[in-house]
Amino acid sequence: MRARVFVTLRKAVLDPQGQAVGQALRTLGFSELKDARLGKLVELEVADGTSKARIEEMCKKLLANPVIEDFSVELT
Amino acid sequence: MQFAIVVFPGANCDHDVYHVAKHVLGRGARFVWHKEQDLGGADCVVLPGGFSYGDYLRAGALARFSPIMEAVARYAARGGLVLGICNGFQILLEAGLLPGAMRRNRSLKFACKDVHLRVESASTPFTSRFREGEVFTAPIAHAEGNYFLEEEPLRRLEGEGRVVLRYCDANGKRTDAANPNGSIGNIAGICNAGKNVLGLMPHPERSSEEILGGASGRRVFESILEAVGE
Repeated sequence: MRARVFVTLRKAVLDPQGQAVGQALRTLGFSELKDARLGKLVELEVADGTSKARIEEMCKKLLANPVIEDFSVELT
Repeated sequence: MQFAIVVFPGANCDHDVYHVAKHVLGRGARFVWHKEQDLGGADCVVLPGGFSYGDYLRAGALARFSPIMEAVARYAARGGLVLGICNGFQILLEAGLLPGAMRRNRSLKFACKDVHLRVESASTPFTSRFREGEVFTAPIAHAEGNYFLEEEPLRRLEGEGRVVLRYCDANGKRTDAANPNGSIGNIAGICNAGKNVLGLMPHPERSSEEILGGASGRRVFESILEAVGE
């Protein structure tokens, strides 16, 4: 089975990359854009039956830095 | 006096530190490969700058799991002197030996230039050879040096006098224009509660000889010598 982990900067943390991307989109005429934030996608192949809690443990231990990042897990 | 310089795959300032320790200061220095589990009787451990593990995932995120880091943590807990420069600072943050995290520079660019630094605390084993409030120059070279810490822990850090270095202008004023990366509070270097672990983004080892344009950084290493009684 597969797990997808999304790592994003926490809302309170300034995201200069997201700002630059947002600015570029606005320059291209996408004036409806309100905010853009960049993150990472980590795709994991794990043994069938692996629990979500186990993936979250991976996030806490390595994949995300809780000081500046949030994560969410999707099992597929 | 024996400096132990930890070598991670991708470190690129390890030889600069070795050069300063051995040839500029005339003290003992040796490299410790990151897979070692023992620091072997060092008086000061240096985590040098570079791009450990290619900065994959996050700067310092993978290096902190190198076998030697357990020895570094034990050494720090016993009060041993640990100096983390640039990537070494990032590794100390990821390892939880210092609080906070690094974000991309707000310019999104790799910042490589000389900066002015104000010494906020001269009462650490790394800054005793400076005067409090003194301004000196050292080079920075990083893309992820935008220091972040949440409000409450930041207040604590400031209150405990653990902000050791700050980016400033030539007159020592802490301005936004003098902040090369967007760091909160213009923070360039911090220490732990015991003041035996220092992390800083600027490179003192690259400013330890006049031929390199300035020798102020050497005083960081001279402070260390003083701290260990040399």
